[in-house]
Amino acid sequence: MPQQVPRLAAVFLIAVAGLIIARRVLIPESFGDRGHYRALAVDSIAAREVKYAGHQECTLCHSDVAQVRAAGNHQGVSCEVCHGPAASHVSAPMDVKPEISRDRDLCVLCHAFSPSRPTGFPQIDSVTHNPRLPCMGCHLAHAPEPPVPPQGCNACHGQIATQKSVSHHQSLDCVTCHVAPEEHRMNPRSVRPSKPSERSFCGACHAGGALGGIPQVDLRSHGQPYVCWQCHYPHFPEAR
Amino acid sequence: MDSRVVGSTDVAASADNGTVDRRKFLNDMLAACCAGAPVILGVVRLPSAFAQEAGGAYDATEHVYGMGLDVNKCIGCARCVVACKTENDVPDEPHYFNTWIERYVLRGVDEVEVDSPNGGIDGFPPIRGEAEIRRTFFVPKLCNHCANPPCVQVCPVGATFITEDGVVLVDEEYCIGCRYCIQACPYGARYMKPDEHVAGKCTFCYHRLVKGKVPACVEVCPTEARVFGELEGRATPLARFMRFNDLQVLKPHLNTKPKAYYANMDYEVS
Repeated sequence: MPQQVPRLAAVFLIAVAGLIIARRVLIPESFGDRGHYRALAVDSIAAREVKYAGHQECTLCHSDVAQVRAAGNHQGVSCEVCHGPAASHVSAPMDVKPEISRDRDLCVLCHAFSPSRPTGFPQIDSVTHNPRLPCMGCHLAHAPEPPVPPQGCNACHGQIATQKSVSHHQSLDCVTCHVAPEEHRMNPRSVRPSKPSERSFCGACHAGGALGGIPQVDLRSHGQPYVCWQCHYPHFPEAR
Repeated sequence: MDSRVVGSTDVAASADNGTVDRRKFLNDMLAACCAGAPVILGVVRLPSAFAQEAGGAYDATEHVYGMGLDVNKCIGCARCVVACKTENDVPDEPHYFNTWIERYVLRGVDEVEVDSPNGGIDGFPPIRGEAEIRRTFFVPKLCNHCANPPCVQVCPVGATFITEDGVVLVDEEYCIGCRYCIQACPYGARYMKPDEHVAGKCTFCYHRLVKGKVPACVEVCPTEARVFGELEGRATPLARFMRFNDLQVLKPHLNTKPKAYYANMDYEVS
């Protein structure tokens, strides 16, 4: 055997051994088991903590609420949208209670008007829509009613209704000041509802020493000879 | 035995008398070396009796996941963004998002405005010049979990990969923070985690999938604008979504084969 063969063989063996050792040292455990990655990484990612339990878990105990919700307009809204992540509550129901928001700010996250929202999605202007009242006073959070189509005067005079709803005259019905004949609905332009024609009509509240907080004037000296609504806008009396 | 005499009778004879022909011995050893080399070099691993399936009953090979997103249903409430950040411990600061909401405002023929202040979490500012708007809508964005992911191709160490169930994940212990994948992603779905200095991205809430739950963003979407399910094999809500909608994917010309399918989306979205 030529002298160089055993030497070359030795060099070759050392190179192979070095390669094997280098692979053992450099390639992490489980790399290549399922592809060009560490299979153990998948397991560690899969073992991360779950924080949103899922509405199926909620239904196991709160089936009564789930039933109400399933029949209403919030049937697609998961419990944890409003109540927050509840996996900790599921694992320790007595110790951890999910937050229950009764805040007006929560509902308007979805229901505040935005021109980018899809047509038909129920939206309100939170500034003018019954301000300062909690949503839950009128709407059931778990099964809210569909928006009532404008009825009565609102059907045509929606802008007035909106404006009045944020004014000091919010509590006054239209018929407090107007008499609208039935015929007005059929021929709105030819048969008009009445407007107060006497200064004393407004004076009943504003010049009679009525309840506290209502601005008072002296009808004999104030703004003669005009009727009140010729200067003040009764649907939004704060307006200048 | 004379090695120059070769023949079947010799082989048979050698087997009979308990000796081995030299040529046959060398041939056999060469064949054995060739067959065993991949195993020795660690290219092929023999199935180990100790190897265990991940997650017990969960078998990744049985699933192929995808997500459907209906632009017509998205109300831009960004509950998904909040839920995602909570579920996956994504840093609260803006610019770190696994999923986010974009608001598109289209004016005239070709003017497109896109904004996503803090991913939409704090709401969207009023739009200027409302009178000139042609269309405006919200688009939820996230990692598309491409079947042909550019981010995986560029990773120099194999720290980002596509799993057997089609989810693109990041091995945070193995990532070297080189940001190649962030550059490569055409959808801007990746970011550098500020504390760990590794790439972060949507995992389709992989830890929820193995437990049979849907991703957190799908769970909390109040209008069911997000639909999650299997792309193959079994009927899930996604099958119905894909059956009844005209679907688009983002940047199809890049041949990334995204698995986030958008319905009712304007062509301006990319």
